[in-house]
Amino acid sequence: MPLTASPTTTPDAPDQEYLWTLNFGPQHPATHTTLRLVLTLDGERVVNSVPHIGYLHSGFEKLGEHLDFNQYVTIVDRMNYLSPLANEISWHHAVEKLLNIELTPRCKYLRTILAELMRLHDHLLNCGTSALDLGAFTAFLYFFEQRELIYDIVEYASGQRFHTSYTRVGGVMFDVNNDWVEKVRSFTKQFRKTHDEVHRLLTRNRIFMDRTKGIGVLSKEQAINLSCTGPVARASGVVRDLRKDEPYLAYKDLDFKVICSQGGDCYARYLVRMQEMIESVQIIEQAIENIPAGPVNVDVGSHVVLPAKPAVYRSIEGLIQHFEVNMPNKGYEVPHEEIYAATESPNGELGFYIVGQDSTRAYRARTRPPSYIHFAVFPHIIKGHMLSDVVAVLGSLNIIAAELDR
Amino acid sequence: MLDLQPLIEKFGLTQSEFRGNRRVVVAADRVYSLLETLKNSHGFNMLIDVTCVDYLEYEGATDRFGVVYCLLNMSTGDRLIVKTLINDPTPTLPTVTTLWMGADWMEREVYDMFGITFTGHHDLRRILMPDEFSAFPLRKDYPLKGRGERHNFPVITRSES
Repeated sequence: MPLTASPTTTPDAPDQEYLWTLNFGPQHPATHTTLRLVLTLDGERVVNSVPHIGYLHSGFEKLGEHLDFNQYVTIVDRMNYLSPLANEISWHHAVEKLLNIELTPRCKYLRTILAELMRLHDHLLNCGTSALDLGAFTAFLYFFEQRELIYDIVEYASGQRFHTSYTRVGGVMFDVNNDWVEKVRSFTKQFRKTHDEVHRLLTRNRIFMDRTKGIGVLSKEQAINLSCTGPVARASGVVRDLRKDEPYLAYKDLDFKVICSQGGDCYARYLVRMQEMIESVQIIEQAIENIPAGPVNVDVGSHVVLPAKPAVYRSIEGLIQHFEVNMPNKGYEVPHEEIYAATESPNGELGFYIVGQDSTRAYRARTRPPSYIHFAVFPHIIKGHMLSDVVAVLGSLNIIAAELDR
Repeated sequence: MLDLQPLIEKFGLTQSEFRGNRRVVVAADRVYSLLETLKNSHGFNMLIDVTCVDYLEYEGATDRFGVVYCLLNMSTGDRLIVKTLINDPTPTLPTVTTLWMGADWMEREVYDMFGITFTGHHDLRRILMPDEFSAFPLRKDYPLKGRGERHNFPVITRSES
């Protein structure tokens, strides 16, 4: 299919008077969040669709210029709220690259485990809700039970179920203990059973296949030309995964596969996500058995990391460092430079373009949001499909409006 | 890895490297032909990101806006960051949607947030801010709290509707 720009004005030629316009959203159960589509329909067939976004725009990037590197993490994890920790890890990955901080081995493994738990977290909801939108309620409930267990694990580590704000420059808020490790172990042991159950419910389900096969086909050329990354691109045959191609954290030591498919349709995206979950569980199993001992944060003497609370309250050095890290004119030595760093978030390449200045705040904190870029694909792949396929395609692209609008 | 030397001579680029990020700065009138060459002859087939930085308060900056294109070569995994500097009163650049369709919404966001016009873009409208919004919020001279748009936002009450 040749790539052409989609016309955004409604065709108003006299011979197209029979077309009618449907306003889909901003509040609609199938959009899950706040986004709006203006669809031009010929009967039930979508002729054109114009997305209108920005309903949740809250100026995250502007706030990023006014909060320091540790404070902005509380904003970052509200972007893709299906995988908040993945955003935090990505943000601090970029900051640590700017400040040239090498993490401790324990922190690398810990962040890897958390990032993979977040991948499960995201894919579980995505596979569940994309089936829910097509009428399959059970799979959603089965998967949500697993998400609840991940919430527990994350809460045990950080004290928060949802918006954890767990990572810090040079480490994490506090270390995990053996009980947490045991919790992750018991989670991975039972996960495959639920996964298998949902697999049997959906993957060969006649109705589910009819609703997703051949719907919203994105060819490989289109995927590359439209800047798609992550599961959306991999389902179209693009072999690219930053965990393999530009290994960060502990991914170099771990054995896993990059899951790809040739189909490029909603069904292929579902299959890629389902199989990625199994790979993620394998990564977690390897990492949790090999998690190194030692400190989780970089050395306190390096003057970049917030000291632990007992050190702040009981020692003068800890107190001084706590103040110095938080003072805008002390703390980090930030180079007068610009950097782009990205990680493989569950949704695709989540990158940050940070401009550093002589302050603990970023001069510019640009996010490369995968949801935003994938939603731009939507008008191209929905053309010619039925109105009821809109929810199937929306679900398979995994549009998170908070990340879309930021 | 791409040898930048011929391109540096041809397009008059300034090259730099920082923590593994290779970057070139190019003049605004040559940015399109550089990106076209990079895409068609050097395999940079994916446009990862288009963004902008307002250097108004940046120490040592000479130009107002820097528009940044992050490119990726899918077959070699090579990355390159192309930056071009433009100035008021009419910050304008040619669109790259003719090379990468993915640039469509990225350019719209840059236009929305910084007011940089991309000539030839087929649908340059505001994307995140409402259509009637008049300022460009990510510019450095725009205050964090806004200029009262929120309080003066047109609201239709039930009796007026």
